[in-house]
Amino acid sequence: MIFAVLTVAGMAAAMGLRNAVHCVLALTAGFAGVAALYLQLGAQFIGLTQIMVYVGAVAILAVFAIMMTHNPEPVKQPAFSSQWFVGSIVAASVFAVLAWEIRSSTAFTQGLPPQPYVTVQRIGDALMHHFVLPLEIMGLLLTAALIGAVVIAMGHEEEMK
Amino acid sequence: MSSLQDYLLLSSLLFSIGLAGVLIRRNAILVLIGIELMLNAANLNFIAFWRFGPNPSALTGIMFALFSISVAAAEAAVGLAIILAAYRHSKTTDLDRMNSLKG
Repeated sequence: MIFAVLTVAGMAAAMGLRNAVHCVLALTAGFAGVAALYLQLGAQFIGLTQIMVYVGAVAILAVFAIMMTHNPEPVKQPAFSSQWFVGSIVAASVFAVLAWEIRSSTAFTQGLPPQPYVTVQRIGDALMHHFVLPLEIMGLLLTAALIGAVVIAMGHEEEMK
Repeated sequence: MSSLQDYLLLSSLLFSIGLAGVLIRRNAILVLIGIELMLNAANLNFIAFWRFGPNPSALTGIMFALFSISVAAAEAAVGLAIILAAYRHSKTTDLDRMNSLKG
């Protein structure tokens, strides 16, 4: 319950604060809250992966991008788009529909099943045997995406001179 | 926080916060972060359904969340690179001012 409150507060602050660096800081708290929820659900490996990937890498990457695109002259501009009212209405109605469906569903009546036996060794075995093709494709995708990101962000030769 | 319904409600709330951020923020980097929030909500759903599902020892939910996190990391890298390229071109990350396709 505490972790849920921490997560929602962090993510709401990440989307609501004015200063972009403060937003990323609140986002880090939100990601850590999600990681704690994973640990609470018994998925230790995913929780630690969440901390490493999101808190460690994605937040740092976002801070770097904010610093590289920082506008030197402080122009007082609104943080929200001109259609912010329509956007909030859409998001609130999406949440209302989802919450109503979840509340009115009768599919889940069973209680908590017993804690499954999940070790890193079992995850590694599954990755190396049953899920080896997705693992290879994921490695290829990550390589291609990172090379592509470098090529896109590098810019052209004449611009650098 | 002990039933599947609670986790699904939490994840739909996170999804809506991310959607609101995507729709109302002006900074392109924060819009990308909103997309990351929506992906996180989906991952929370994967883990919750895995934990409360009939066969949690099959590890499918964990594997799905693991691959989803990897794809999200690749997406963040490429998205931020695209934002940097667009910033170099138009000198702004303000989405309300990025209004021309041909510079």
